[in-house]
Amino acid sequence: MDATEIGLWGVPLAILGGAIRVSTPFIFVSLGEAITERSGRINLGLEGTLVFGAMTAYAVAVMTGSPWLGLLAAAGAGLCFGLFHGWICKFRGVNDIAIGIALMLFGSGLAFFFGKPFIQPSAPDLPAIAFGGWSDIPQVQAALNVNILFLIGAALAVFLWWAFRNTRAGLIVRVVGDSSDAARAMGLNPNTVRLLATGVGGALAGIGGAYLSLYYPGSWTERISSGQGLMAVALVIFARWNPLGCFAAALLFGGAGALGPALQSVGVTQGYYLFYAAPYILTLIIMIATSSPNRSLAGAPGELSITK
Amino acid sequence: MSGSIGKKAVGVETIGMTMRFGAFTALDDVSIKVPAGSFHALLGENGAGKSTLVKCMMGFYHPTAGDMLVDSREVAIASPKDASALGLGMVYQHFTLVPSLTGAENLVISREKVPGVIDWRKERAALAQFMQRMPFKLPLDVKVAELAAGEKQKLEIIKQLYLGRSFLVLDEPTSVLTPGEAHEVLGLVRDMTRTGDLTVLMISHKFHEVTAFADDITVLRKGRLTGTGKVSELSHKQMAAMMIGDQPIAALDSRAPVPAGARQVLTVKSLKAPDRTGLKTIDIGELDVKSGEIVGIAGISGNGQKEFLEVLAGQRARNGGDVLVKGSPYGASRSEARTLNVRFIPEEPLRNACAPKMTVAENMAFRTFDLNEAGKPVNWIRMSAIRDYAARLVQQFKVKTASLASPISSLSGGNVQRAVLARELTGEVDLLIVSNPCFGLDFSAVAEIRARIMKARNAGAAVLLMSEDLDELLELSDRIFVMSDGALVYETPIAQASVQTIGEHMAGHH
Repeated sequence: MDATEIGLWGVPLAILGGAIRVSTPFIFVSLGEAITERSGRINLGLEGTLVFGAMTAYAVAVMTGSPWLGLLAAAGAGLCFGLFHGWICKFRGVNDIAIGIALMLFGSGLAFFFGKPFIQPSAPDLPAIAFGGWSDIPQVQAALNVNILFLIGAALAVFLWWAFRNTRAGLIVRVVGDSSDAARAMGLNPNTVRLLATGVGGALAGIGGAYLSLYYPGSWTERISSGQGLMAVALVIFARWNPLGCFAAALLFGGAGALGPALQSVGVTQGYYLFYAAPYILTLIIMIATSSPNRSLAGAPGELSITK
Repeated sequence: MSGSIGKKAVGVETIGMTMRFGAFTALDDVSIKVPAGSFHALLGENGAGKSTLVKCMMGFYHPTAGDMLVDSREVAIASPKDASALGLGMVYQHFTLVPSLTGAENLVISREKVPGVIDWRKERAALAQFMQRMPFKLPLDVKVAELAAGEKQKLEIIKQLYLGRSFLVLDEPTSVLTPGEAHEVLGLVRDMTRTGDLTVLMISHKFHEVTAFADDITVLRKGRLTGTGKVSELSHKQMAAMMIGDQPIAALDSRAPVPAGARQVLTVKSLKAPDRTGLKTIDIGELDVKSGEIVGIAGISGNGQKEFLEVLAGQRARNGGDVLVKGSPYGASRSEARTLNVRFIPEEPLRNACAPKMTVAENMAFRTFDLNEAGKPVNWIRMSAIRDYAARLVQQFKVKTASLASPISSLSGGNVQRAVLARELTGEVDLLIVSNPCFGLDFSAVAEIRARIMKARNAGAAVLLMSEDLDELLELSDRIFVMSDGALVYETPIAQASVQTIGEHMAGHH
């Protein structure tokens, strides 16, 4: 069976598969950024963290033969990047956005430097679960071949959504993100909370990077991220700092990104490349549709430098 | 300790409290005594050292010299945490609630011990039980950002009681409450002092409140203690004398009668606009303000006054209706405000009428910086002209500022308001829109600002005054409207105004 036999059904199927496959790094990076931004800081450096995580995961997986160790190493590297960002930003007069941009370039550069020897060898992949076994159509099977990190990401989104309301840690992050003064009056140290929130955010971005190099596309190249880390940061604002929104937005982005290749696969030969721009056009449309001149950006943390 | 008022009230004393910032002595050898279960009022002008004293007591400042006694035992308070461990709590003039959290979340997270995972069903039940003992009802499931100022203030007090504090410092607690609410809140607080559950130290400028609720007063002036005594033995005049010394207080001009043929300056017809939640609309049927009169709008905060004023100020889009100034449609653009002589004094002037980090001179020149002497637009802005202009106004309106080049946010609340008044009241004023002009200001600033508004009225300006302070409306207005649930529900000329009827309409009982 090939694509023409299931005809146009191949398009939604490819979009579904693409949404699941492409969205995973977006999910992790945007959830990490959601935690950081909810605490009142922006870490634009997650693009660099993502690339460095991808390289670290790949290198460790090549050397040890275990993709899980690679994943762990990527998370650790991400944690270090996050903590570094959080530590620098505690000093007076330091701008978190500027530091983020510096770390973005630094992370990518460092990854290219250390990653040169790992472009050739191949590393073991992270496992996936085949949910499509009930069907004998290969496209269905391919679309429903779901990587375990996607499932973890989905569970994490639900958990964070719950945790922001129902746990002490979640409430503390929101307090610090919304009002430093109130936090200090409660005896909390905003810098410590932000340091940890940025660290956790970095670790999640590292995991997103591991997915890139160890599953899809599944190899280490210097162009592996192509700005996904930056887009994920934008997704957080688009999702109004809501973890469930981040998950949905990441899916939407992934699905829209799969539109171009899907059309190409069913034989559309002209103009399909325009659909490669679908995610960006979609974002613009939704942003315009959901914003209003009368309401301010609902849910924006008060301490965030872009909304202050 | 959640939700219980278990601890007994504590008595607090300071001995020889002194605080110096460099060469400046903010607090000079102040000893006060607040016995357990008493209601003590702390009076003084802005900059008299009240907040410094209180901050020393609460551990925000480390006093240069002096001791603190709690229940006659000497204690060291190095941080606010130490203070709260001793049961000392403070309700600030600036809200310390977290805007994006709900009331319930704010209460629970401020507790000393919060469980790692919060069982909301249990907490909600405990909160509901706690709230039953509170005399005012508050929606605890609404984000604090969506509460009105009055509701926030109540929640601040409730938070302290919820945390089981047995000594409370209230920093001008009623400045945003209606007379009824203020009476209710202070009554509750006083009852708790009577039963020995609470000791209160209240910073206030309202003498009638002090007389009605406090047992003793302490008065500070320029960092020194200038008087103390039992409220029952002091008259308002004596208190004022301790507070301001022999400095003259601005007197209100006598009210010139509104001329019979006074022209209508502001006309509002069937104005509709969404309120801050976006769920309800405010609907102003018909309102007109004539030249030379002050029309007051009373109402409990959160009934649409703020939105109405925002529409007039151009901060909020309207769904329909007309706003006419001197017969021409008014959309709050800069050029319309200029040609029609409309001036605006919003509430919280530092936030709504100033660029906080720009200098005093620049802020005062916002209306005129791009005009030359003849009132024509200019291309090149002369900083010297701005400075001269500001220097003149600073002197004329007695704005106290270190220099014209200081950022306006470094000024005290009263002086920010003076600077804004100077900007708005200079030149020809046909329509003046004012909102809560005296919120959080002290005695002499309030008197002066009210006098300025009255003077503008007598000079022929039409004034629309929205205030949550009914005393202020009764003192200044020629007519009073009551706004409730987004609509004007009652109108009375000042001669027939009764506090009770107005209060009933404010509460929506008609």
